[in-house]
Amino acid sequence: MSTLTADDLRARVADLLAAHPPASTERLEFLRARFDAGLAWVHYPAGLGGLDAPRELQNVVEAELAKAGAPDNNPRRIGIGLGMAAPTILRFGTEEQKKRYLRPLWTGEEVWCQLFSEPGAGSDLAALGTRAVQDGDSWVVNGQKVWTSVAHIARFAILVTRSNPDVPKHQGMTYFICDMTDPGVEVRPLRQLTGEAEFNEVFLSGVRIPDANRLGAVGEGWKVAQTTLMNERVAIGGNAIPREGGLIGMVSKTWRDRPELRTPELHDRLLKLWVEAEAARLAGTRLRQQLAVGAPGPEGSAMKLAFANLQQALTGLEIELSGEDGLRYDDWTLRRPEKVDMLGRGPGYRYLRAKGNSIEGGTSEVLRNIISERVLGLPSEPRVDKDVAWKDLPR
Amino acid sequence: MSDLLYSEVEEDLRASVRDLLTDQAGFTSVLARTESAEPYDLKLWRTLATDLGLAGLAVPESLGGQGASYREVAVVMEELGRSVAPVPFLGSAVLATSALLAAGDAELLPRLAGGELIGALAVPLTSAPGTGFPGGVEANTEGALSGAVRTVADASAADVLIVPAVGPDGPGLYVVEKAAATVTEAVSLDLTRRLADVSLDNAPSRLLASGTDAEAVLRQTLLVGAGLLASEQVGVAQWCLDETVAYLKQRYQFGRPVGSFQALKHRLADLYLEIVSARATARYAADALATGIDDVPVAVAVAASTCSTVALHAAEQAVQLHGGIGMTWEHPAHLYLKRAKSSELALGTPGRHRAALADLVNLPPA
Ligand SMILES: Cc1cc2nc3c(=O)[nH]c(=O)nc-3n(C[C@H](O)[C@H](O)[C@H](O)COP(=O)(O)OP(=O)(O)OC[C@H]3O[C@@H](n4cnc5c(N)ncnc54)[C@H](O)[C@@H]3O)c2cc1C
Repeated sequence: MSTLTADDLRARVADLLAAHPPASTERLEFLRARFDAGLAWVHYPAGLGGLDAPRELQNVVEAELAKAGAPDNNPRRIGIGLGMAAPTILRFGTEEQKKRYLRPLWTGEEVWCQLFSEPGAGSDLAALGTRAVQDGDSWVVNGQKVWTSVAHIARFAILVTRSNPDVPKHQGMTYFICDMTDPGVEVRPLRQLTGEAEFNEVFLSGVRIPDANRLGAVGEGWKVAQTTLMNERVAIGGNAIPREGGLIGMVSKTWRDRPELRTPELHDRLLKLWVEAEAARLAGTRLRQQLAVGAPGPEGSAMKLAFANLQQALTGLEIELSGEDGLRYDDWTLRRPEKVDMLGRGPGYRYLRAKGNSIEGGTSEVLRNIISERVLGLPSEPRVDKDVAWKDLPR
Repeated sequence: MSDLLYSEVEEDLRASVRDLLTDQAGFTSVLARTESAEPYDLKLWRTLATDLGLAGLAVPESLGGQGASYREVAVVMEELGRSVAPVPFLGSAVLATSALLAAGDAELLPRLAGGELIGALAVPLTSAPGTGFPGGVEANTEGALSGAVRTVADASAADVLIVPAVGPDGPGLYVVEKAAATVTEAVSLDLTRRLADVSLDNAPSRLLASGTDAEAVLRQTLLVGAGLLASEQVGVAQWCLDETVAYLKQRYQFGRPVGSFQALKHRLADLYLEIVSARATARYAADALATGIDDVPVAVAVAASTCSTVALHAAEQAVQLHGGIGMTWEHPAHLYLKRAKSSELALGTPGRHRAALADLVNLPPA
């Protein structure tokens, strides 16, 4: 890691702003220049949007750029690319892959989705059956994925496949970068309980993927996927937010604005959740400080679990706190949104959408299993599937 | 001691209601209706109300009803909860009907009880039994009503509205023809229980009860509503438990049925326990309402706070334990989640009912 200081980074931001004044520079041009200056994600390697600097220094960059009114890279829309695809490509990609994919991923020019889950393989992701068969210097992929968020706007996907059905399930997987414009890729909207179709079903029929788009070794897909999943949990649960940032701020505001809705019981619950939100914020800060000195460990699972609990408790309370309005909804129209915008909609939407927080990116039950087994070292339940060839698994 | 079991007659009633709902209120048709131009299933309503005589179940035969009691109504509510059928039962057969019953009305009651007309009680569905008389509508000396009430259950399906209003002589309960009011359908969180905003501009009315009588009638009506809603919530909870158990037996992950994981088994066992308790409180409330014992307010506060909480817990567990499928529009779980969450607010939140209980059993706040 480099020995850059906060002041060094402030100087670099100043240079960027001088060379590309935000007021007179087109948005994408600015973002590309920022990437090339190593100020996209400072902890990434030089030449790949970073400066090999400590991760925490990113905050310095963000603060300086915000002060200057510089455009941002709309992180919510490209969350899967930033949170999951990028760290995986960084760790397992070839030099060509890193050069080709990371910049447009970061600028948001190319949106990514995650083709992991299947109808028969959710919590048990390693059970997946989408087949990849090698054919010369490319692979032919057939299968069905499900719950794929933002597949309808994605340019690329990270994709896990089964390349060998004759070995136990964890051994026979291979991981790819999939071009979503391949004629064999069909994306169908899947409507959610909120009314929206933010995720999709994705059908893969005869999709041809060049071997050059493989991430990691043949049969080592599980190892690569683990990196994605670890980073996913951190991405979901470990955001840097200010005090009263996010939902707790919204609920606190309702409380302050509408004294007629207050009761002692709701007050007590709100205060408990306020404290919980503050504790989660501090734990997230600690987690990021730990990350700055190492790779994400199982702590990410704990943060993701806490995040889901808190979001659900807060949105549930918010409805109770809304009086008559809690019985109403803003809009049931079917839409295909490009991002999850919890704060831009009504309490009913927030309540319903938050139900997904304990399912997406690993369910709360599975995260509890991970914590109890990998952190606390408790023995696992007897496994019936460990040494059985994938094709012989009961399902 | 109150009878907390179901009588044979009640079980027969349940069976016939369940058969009908299984036949006519399957999930796909219910879901399709939520987005159609006709959100209420009025054909189903007529069958329930007229053919099975359920609209006037608790109304004496002399007033055109079946001469049964709130115990039987509660059983119907359980079944309606199980199917989340889109019928105006709560608004008409429970709230409007019990208001007319409490007011001793002999004119409109038979027509509601016979299923000829649909009624609605023009209060926000969030109204709790103990809250004060609403002041949103005023009556002038001629009995013409003006004002507005938001978030009224089943008003858009109703022919007549029972409106609490404050007149020159204090509180009164009035009957207003739907045609004399402006009723605007609201977008409700609960897709199968519709809400509407009612506004009145010099609407002619008929006085039903006035002064302290009106207050007493409204209070009694909301008690009946909250007490019977508890049974509906038991039905919601039971459906959620049954469906989830069935799913977890059949869904395989990690080479075994997901229901074989002890972490899930214990949660479902706990949920079962919650429902056992909830059912007992709902039965007690129904029986208390049927017999009119002094303990009604306590019985209702206990049932309403318990059953709301349990139904919501069951529905949230159902969504969670169905995983990704539980988050989809195509799976029924969301209709139950939406019903459970709105019912938590309906006729008093659990917190409000516990606060009411604090007074009733002399456990004053700190
Ligand atoms: C909003 C949303 C967005 C999503 N986006 C994506 C995406 O972009 N890409 C993608 O690939 N996937 C995505 N998913 C899928 C998500 O990762 C899966 O839904 C999740 O892993 C659960 O799998 P499942 O739905 O098959 O549930 P199942 O695995 O069938 O689980 C059913 C229930 O059993 C529980 N359970 C399972 N195993 C155990 C166990 N061993 N111990 C205790 N309990 C257990 C689960 O926790 C759950 O409650 C998304 C899901 C949602 C809800």
